Amino acid sequence: MYLYDDYDRALVHERVAQFRDQVARRLEGELSEEEFLPLRLQNGLYLQKHAYMLRVAIPYGTLSATQLRTLALIARRYDRGYGHFTTRQNIQFNWIELAQTPDILQHLAEVDMHAIQTSGNCVRNITTEAFAGVAADEIIDPRPLAEILRQWSTVNPEFLFLPRKFKIALCSSLEDRAAIRMHDIGFYVYRGADGEMLLRVMVGGGLGRTPILSQPIREALPWRHLLSYVEAVLRVYNRHGRRDNKYKARIKILVKALGIEAFAEEVEREWQQIKDGPAELTDAEYQRVARSFRAPEYESLGSVDLAFGTQLASDPAFARWVEHNVRPHKVPGYASVVLSTKPGAAAPPGDVYAAQMDAVADWSERFGFAEIRIAHEQNLVLPDVRKRDLHALWQLAREAGLATPNVGLLSDVIACPGGDYCSLANAKSIPVAQAIQKRFEDLDYLHDIGEISLNISGCMNACGHHHIGILGVDKNGSEWYQVTLGGAQGRDAALGKVIGPSFDAADIPEVIEKVVGTYLAYRESEERFVDTLERIGLEPFKECVYRQRAVPA
Amino acid sequence: MNNLIRLIDGQPRVSDDDPWHLLRESPATRPAGRLILPLADWRAAQDEAVLRGERFSLQGLWLAPDDEVEVLQPWLAVLPLIAIDFPSFRDGRGYSQAYLLRTRLGWSGELRAIGDVLRDQLAHMRQCGFDAFAVREDKSAQDALKGLAGMSVLYGRSAIEPRPLFRRRD
Repeated sequence: MYLYDDYDRALVHERVAQFRDQVARRLEGELSEEEFLPLRLQNGLYLQKHAYMLRVAIPYGTLSATQLRTLALIARRYDRGYGHFTTRQNIQFNWIELAQTPDILQHLAEVDMHAIQTSGNCVRNITTEAFAGVAADEIIDPRPLAEILRQWSTVNPEFLFLPRKFKIALCSSLEDRAAIRMHDIGFYVYRGADGEMLLRVMVGGGLGRTPILSQPIREALPWRHLLSYVEAVLRVYNRHGRRDNKYKARIKILVKALGIEAFAEEVEREWQQIKDGPAELTDAEYQRVARSFRAPEYESLGSVDLAFGTQLASDPAFARWVEHNVRPHKVPGYASVVLSTKPGAAAPPGDVYAAQMDAVADWSERFGFAEIRIAHEQNLVLPDVRKRDLHALWQLAREAGLATPNVGLLSDVIACPGGDYCSLANAKSIPVAQAIQKRFEDLDYLHDIGEISLNISGCMNACGHHHIGILGVDKNGSEWYQVTLGGAQGRDAALGKVIGPSFDAADIPEVIEKVVGTYLAYRESEERFVDTLERIGLEPFKECVYRQRAVPA
Repeated sequence: MNNLIRLIDGQPRVSDDDPWHLLRESPATRPAGRLILPLADWRAAQDEAVLRGERFSLQGLWLAPDDEVEVLQPWLAVLPLIAIDFPSFRDGRGYSQAYLLRTRLGWSGELRAIGDVLRDQLAHMRQCGFDAFAVREDKSAQDALKGLAGMSVLYGRSAIEPRPLFRRRD
């Protein structure tokens, strides 16, 4: 992973000192809440229903064992013993005291971490996929470019007060696991005919009230122009994006208003002025950063491990876990392990206790190279595990409640903290998630249903990119849920369609059961949920869900 | 204007003898003295020679966030001062305007931030090319001086440091 040098370290430490002073001035009343608001947001601090929430950046989802232990320490000492991993590879602490925030940030700075720009109208944490560097279907490791972009966008003085938040993601695998088409800018990294690293740039994607997939704006951009191109996009957006209405302020609205061609021309005109300047990346810088991501010293192992084969054959529970929670690795004899944070109704999706964090840190040292990844689906990943160690790891993970064999299945619910914590939410997502997980507890049934991604969000700000999306909506002050079907991320990204009038929370598990029942009734052989939906359309689902239902008052 | 910080040879000083008066709107009869006018009013107040770029203007102008900086090109040689307005400190358009004036249009005269100008944004403003800061009237300019330095590390580049950090790292 990226190793901080003196510059990187100086920046995070100075930032803590600066914020400590700002917090003191706020507590003394010298700064009004209005003046303090963007300052705290740009340091990751939200004010929620009951307390402050601190969102800590985990750049492109990579953590060292030491860093994870620091998160455990923060959870124990400053929160209620747990943290919540988010869909953008960050972690949130929900019960934070304002006065303690500088000390928490100090702990983070000691291990080369920060909470800079995890909120606010600025460039947010740069994300990629959890399997970067190890995935079998990867073309180029996207992390060096992600890190270069992270540095460039950190406290970039021109772009700290954009019209709205700005999210950038990169990916370079055949299956896009970073949801790049749902981002303000998405980069797909690939190699040209002569081997040069090139970027396909997509712009204007995003979820929220107006979910929209990004559109390609440039093909074959040489990687050296990464920074100048982003600068051009941001400058056009900063100058021309709408600021009169929060809900119309994302870049997607500007792209839509101008049309992608006109927007692209505008960016091109700006880019021509700066592309050959000092922002052009150098080989030396790429190599410097890439050195940090050099592959660890893998053992040379055969791709077949006899002991592992025996364990698979003799232990069906282990085999089931391997089938769902273990991913292929590009190095023979190794695999990547997904530790499910979705045990069912026992804990909200993405919530991990301090003791679990410490345990995962230990396993990462014992079985891997002291590295942990956070997946978009809110699970933890141990990227480099020898196949022969999988059984031992599985036993430990099972004891710690992190081995539910449900990755990619219906109960691997992706959910925000929702109305229990968040002041933006219209509805509480956690109880709904738990009610669904309860309804689909039976593992055999879950496995028979197969791959379905289900996302629950307490407000309109998310979700359109999952097979089943459940969104909290406000109707006359009461909580209702809208259901969308058919969203997808990845190379065939699509936005879901609303199936009809929204539902009361209590009805949601039954609705999901009917949706799943319809799928099973129409499924042909091994067909996946999305494929059946694609083939038969929305109607049979609507028919089943709304038939015999009382019309909501 | 009062409550003003200026950088003189790179050194910040609170100025107590600033001759300029900011006119938010142009009154029917303009007062005497050195005025900073809205862009349209400035233009209307100049004679042909100034607009042709042949004679110095006695008035400065200020830009609103949606004014295009590029229109100033013909008059850069004759303007005594340009101000950029921040109607709210959360409106970041002024940063791009300043950066472009310095780096693309080559403006080397005084560039003054006006409006909702606060201590915690001064360092960003300085890096985008401002060299004068009319601190919001209810705030102390002396206190705001503490916000000018900012942090010692800048990853990207700025109007005062054109090279990104990766070209400066040793």
